[in-house]
Amino acid sequence: MTSKTDVHVRPAGEGICIIEVRGEITAASDKPLMEAYTQAATPGTRAVMIDFRDLEYMNSGGIGLLVTLLVRANRQKQRLFAFGLNEHYRQIFELTRLDEAIAIYPDEQTAVTAAR
Amino acid sequence: MDEQKKTDEAYWAKPVARLDPKDPDASNVRGRRLNAAAGGFGWLYQKTFRVRLTGAAVTPREVIATWKERFGDFWAKGRKMFLPAGGIAPGEIGIISDRATMPIAPAVQTGVLVIYADDESFSFMSPEGHPFAGPLTFSAFADADGTTVVQVQEFTRASDPLYELMMHAPFVGDRMQNEIWRSTLRNLAAHFGVDAQVEQAITVVDRRWQWRYARNIWQNAGIRSTLSAPVRWLRPRRRPAASASEQVAR
Repeated sequence: MTSKTDVHVRPAGEGICIIEVRGEITAASDKPLMEAYTQAATPGTRAVMIDFRDLEYMNSGGIGLLVTLLVRANRQKQRLFAFGLNEHYRQIFELTRLDEAIAIYPDEQTAVTAAR
Repeated sequence: MDEQKKTDEAYWAKPVARLDPKDPDASNVRGRRLNAAAGGFGWLYQKTFRVRLTGAAVTPREVIATWKERFGDFWAKGRKMFLPAGGIAPGEIGIISDRATMPIAPAVQTGVLVIYADDESFSFMSPEGHPFAGPLTFSAFADADGTTVVQVQEFTRASDPLYELMMHAPFVGDRMQNEIWRSTLRNLAAHFGVDAQVEQAITVVDRRWQWRYARNIWQNAGIRSTLSAPVRWLRPRRRPAASASEQVAR
């Protein structure tokens, strides 16, 4: 399965890293997303944030990947945050109760402030 | 002309605070919230069951269309799912009657919500009280050589300590949740003329018991079904379905 997921990792302050996601998150996004998380979640990282502003498509396989990321974060005692979800994707997080496990913020600034 | 952007909006159910099925025999589903894996008690498993439909001239879309239409027909004998007129579509609630897991006990009445459905996959989430907490995804895709591959993927925990105990019990645990999908995939493959071997990958992702969710046992569908069985037996019987996936008349 080919992936139409584009990811980019960047720092956002001490111990905080952001994974920007563009395009799709489906089961085929496993490799780029997991590699991005490995890059972001170094031993000094205490918070990983996923930027969903440019997310265009997500199916239930994509939700499964986010749950996998959540498990990895919990294991490494890192917190997972999300920002930039539009109303549709915020509803999906609510439907799947992911919003109870991943802290959701409207934008990067509020997310980073909360993580400090 | 710009290519029309793919959108997933039509494939997802809307958020629901508590389930409200139309089926009158749904006391273990009505008023319940969906239960994510994070809200379960037992070990967290990531499971994939897969068959290759080698030699079958069937596309992933055709497989999923058939599976949606006849979901209950491919289940193990003793398990039934009653769906409303919409069938397996986003937002629909399927009511489950399971007599297969514990044949000597009354049928366990529970259900699932279809949280996602498109042409090549569909996903369920279960309500509080169901044996397992977490999403279940059924999908089909074409492998590199063009063979259609069908799979069931779970990311689940047992909901409460009793279900967790059963999961670790010899014979019962494997039948409860692993054999159900192995037999389903074998039955589905046989429908398309393939005598398939099921590949499985089961990983324990988290071996911790989440004791704060031990209280989930209050909603255990197995216990509640057993306690309410005498009442159900005394009620006038509904006309039995001709097949397990027959839509319930409204």
